Parts: sequence; C-alpha cells; structure tokens
Amino acid sequence: MSVSVVPLVVSLALTTRIRKYVKVNGPANWEKPFYYAIFFSVFLFLSEAILQNSDIVKWIWHIYLIALLTFSWKQKELQALKGLMLAFLPFVIISFLNDLTEGIAPGFFKSYEEYFKSATLLSFIWMVAILYSQNRQLKAAEKEKIIRQQEDELNRAIAIRKVELEALVTERTAELTKQKEELENALQELQSTQSQLIQSEKMASLGELTAGIAHEIQNPLNFVNNFSEVSSELIDEMKDELAAGNWQLAAEIANDVKQNLEKISHHGKRADAIVKGMLQHSRKNNGIKEPTNINALADEFFRLAYHGLRAKDKSFNATMKTDFDEGIGNVDVIAQDIGRVILNLITNAFYAVTEKKNSISKDYTGPSYEPTVTVITSKTLTPAGKISQVMISVKDNGNGIPQAALDKIFQPFFTTKPSGRGTGLGLSLSYEIVTKAHGGELRVDNKEGEGAEFTIILPVKN
Amino acid sequence: MNILVVDDERDIQALFEQRFRKEIREKNHEFAFAFSGEDALAYLSQNHNKTELILSDINMPGMTGLELLKQIKQKYINPPPVVMMITAYGDAENFNTAKQLGADDFITKPVDFTYLKEKLKI
Repeated sequence: MSVSVVPLVVSLALTTRIRKYVKVNGPANWEKPFYYAIFFSVFLFLSEAILQNSDIVKWIWHIYLIALLTFSWKQKELQALKGLMLAFLPFVIISFLNDLTEGIAPGFFKSYEEYFKSATLLSFIWMVAILYSQNRQLKAAEKEKIIRQQEDELNRAIAIRKVELEALVTERTAELTKQKEELENALQELQSTQSQLIQSEKMASLGELTAGIAHEIQNPLNFVNNFSEVSSELIDEMKDELAAGNWQLAAEIANDVKQNLEKISHHGKRADAIVKGMLQHSRKNNGIKEPTNINALADEFFRLAYHGLRAKDKSFNATMKTDFDEGIGNVDVIAQDIGRVILNLITNAFYAVTEKKNSISKDYTGPSYEPTVTVITSKTLTPAGKISQVMISVKDNGNGIPQAALDKIFQPFFTTKPSGRGTGLGLSLSYEIVTKAHGGELRVDNKEGEGAEFTIILPVKN
Repeated sequence: MNILVVDDERDIQALFEQRFRKEIREKNHEFAFAFSGEDALAYLSQNHNKTELILSDINMPGMTGLELLKQIKQKYINPPPVVMMITAYGDAENFNTAKQLGADDFITKPVDFTYLKEKLKI
C-alpha cells in the first residue's frame, strides 16, 4: 500500500499539470478527459485501499501510467510538455521493470534487489529534481508574464494617454492659432486706426490753420471782387464823361481806376501769400532726413502758427520773441515733421497765454500781464568743440501745466482743452516724432502759475 | 441815411465811397468810418443820435465786433440803432453769438453790394 501513494502522486502531478496547460493553451475539449483522469487516479487509490488486493491494482497503475505517458507523448499539442513527461518517464519505467522482474524472476530480483532499489530511488530523485526545477522555471515564467502584462498595460495606458495628449495638443494649438490670428487682426486694426488717427491729427492741425486762413482770405477776396466790379462801372462813367467832353472829370476817374487796380493787385498778392503758407504746411511728407536750417524752420513755423491764430481771432495778441543761436546751422531732420512739432508746441503756448489773459478779471489791479511766447535755439558741444545736440525751446508765460496733468501730457487722447478744441494727439505725436523718428528727447520744464517750457533735443551725428 | 462802417481794413473806406458814390453824391446816404471797436464807440458817444445803421466786421484786433455789438445794445436803447454784422461765409459760431447779442441783420464777406443796397432801400 505504501508503494501506491507514489503512483497516485505521480499520476495526479502529471494529469493536473497537463490539464492546467490544456486549460490555457487548448485544445479546449481535452480538459475534461484529464479532469476525469484525476478522478480515475483517486478511484484507483481508494479501490486499492478497500480491496486490499494490491497486486491487481498495482498492475493497473503501471498500465495506466504508461498509457497516460505514451498517449501524452504522442500528442502534437502537448509537445511543450515533453520536458515534464521526461521527468516521470524513468520512474514509471523503472518501477514497472522492478515489479515485472519481481513477479517473473523473484530469485534474480532477490539477488539484485539493492540495484533495483537504487535505480528506483535515483529515478524518483530525478523526477523530483526535474519537477522542482520546472516548477521554478514555470514560476519565473509566470512572474515574467505578469511583469510583461503589467508593462503591456502600462504601455497601453501610456499609448491612450499619448493619444489623449496629442488630441489636447492639437486642440490647444488650434486655440492658440485662432487667438494668434485674432490678435493679428486686432493689431492690424489698431495699426490702421492709429494711422487714421495720425492722419486726422495732421488734418486737425492743418484744419486749425485752414480755418483761420479761409477766414483771413475773405478780406482780400472782398476787395479784389468789389474793386474790380466798381472799376468796371467807373470805366463806363469815364466813357460817358469823355463823350461829353469832360476831360478833367475823365482824368480823375482814370486816377481812381488806377488806384483801384493797385489795390486789387495788393490784395491778390495778400491772398497768394496766405495760400502759400497753407500749402507749405500740407505739402507731402517724404519722411527723409535732410540737412535743414533749424533757425529758419523754427522761424517759419513760429510765424505760421502766429498768423494762423491771428487769422482765426484778431483779438488774439501776444508778444513773439526769438532767441536764435546763429551757430547751429544745418541739422539732418525730417523738416516737415519737426516743423509740425514746433507748430504744435507754439500753438499750445499761444493757447496757454490766451487762457491766462482771459482769466484775468477786469478789476485786477496788479502789474499788467504781457502774454509772451519765446522760441529759443541752442546747442551743446563735444569736448572737441563739435555740435553734439541741438535744442529748440518753446517757452510761454501762461499758467503752466497743473501737476496732476503733467504725467499725462504725452499720452494719446489726453487734452486739457475743452471738448472739440483739441484731439489730444498733438503732444503724443510730437513725442513720437522727436523720440522715435529722430532719437531725440522732448522735455518739459514747468512752473505752475508761471508758464511752461518745452524743449526738443535733437542729437547731431558728426 | 447815416451809416457807420466799422472794419480794421482801411481800404474798406475807399470801397464803400466808390460803391455808393451815386448815393453819396445825391446825399441819400452819409458814411462815417471807424477802424476799430474802440473808434466806433468813441464816434457813437458823439453822434449816436444821428447814426441810424452800424455795419460792423467781427474779427478785429482789440475789441471784436461782438464786443462792440454787446456794448452798443447795452448803451443805446432809445432809439436803438440797427446793427448789421459782416460775417465770414459759413461761420456759424460767430453768426449765432451775434444773433444772441441782438444783431439785427447779417451780410457775408465778400460783400455783395447789390444785395446790401437792396437791404438799405427797405
């Protein structure tokens, strides 16, 4: 009976292994027969225990095990398990031979019993050793499989995440592209609005002058029209007098006509000068820096501003003073632009002194106020005695700039003038012209209540 | 009719005297000239009784035509002289101010004398 435990263990080990393998790798319909084989092993073992007739069951065990091994060995599907079968094979054969020899030739068996026992033991050890090592391999393989599965899962998760991220990146990129396009559009719109505003500021400063000039031109035009018409009438009268023989009267009328023609010519020239002044202001700006006589430029625009304001409002009066450094000569500037800056500063200065004059009440008895605007040019020299900077200052004795407004005067759209009187772009554009286009500085010195002085500082390249 | 013309342009005198030479010859109209608002007020302080019409420019150095108009309308109530303002074409701002200050009529520069004469007949 003690011998039969070993066949039970062997058969169970073999069948359970094969069943396990079949369960995973197929064929699926083989699983059941091996399952029954397990029961058959147990049945054999129990029947041996009950019948006590171990001889018959012993042979059934041998046949069963050999049949099981032979069958399994021949199956292609179980080729991977041949290693396992090899573990059992020596033990099954040797224990069969053992029993066979004992049954057929007990004498021979008796005299060589030690050898038989050793062989059986060796084959048993072989079986256990192989099973043990295979078990270890199997476990290692399983562990590796699990690791590989985990890796696969991780890779799959990474792949999924990657796809998600890529979608996200695409989405974000699209969003960014859209935003970029929107910003570009906005920028373009701003740029075009800016250039429109600059244009409208140019037109506004031109408009300020034209309004005055148009006003002013009415006077000479009035004389040109009316003196020419009246002269035509006088000629008719002169003809009548000549026909009547009144030579003396005719000569007097002829004198009047001559005087009238002189007046027509005079007022025609006056109109011409006004229009020329206007055209000079509006002439095309090519943006090219050219050697320009700074004093002459300052003087031209000083007069233009003064006459423009006078034309608009004859009650306007201010003392104009100039203090020019004759040693300045020519400096490379965009004459039209710097001219506009000067014009803007002077117009502001005149506005400031007029405001102050108007604010003085009639009962004021202090020292009389003399509105004065001064334009000063000066230079700074390098140690070598060359001109490094040229300054153009516009100084007024108005009320100065309120401290609260001082920080904002160069900001676009900031104006202290009543609505409709200023665009709020004059000084900001002046600032741009001086700093950006000419690399210079626009400085303000201010004494509240006493006046302001704006200085354009232009670098001179030697 | 006695008319005072106020304008800082000196040539205005020659122009009016020639344009109205017939009327002056026939003594229909008599003209006086002032070349500033201050001059005009000085003249009126002497002659306001006989002055029937004042023709005044608006843009003048010193006292403007509007200031003059204001003062005339304040000082001379009985009998009130007719004040006609000469405005630049399209100058709505001065036109409205003058109207508020009590200007009786307007003519635009350049002056259309045929039109002015028609007005004077009425």
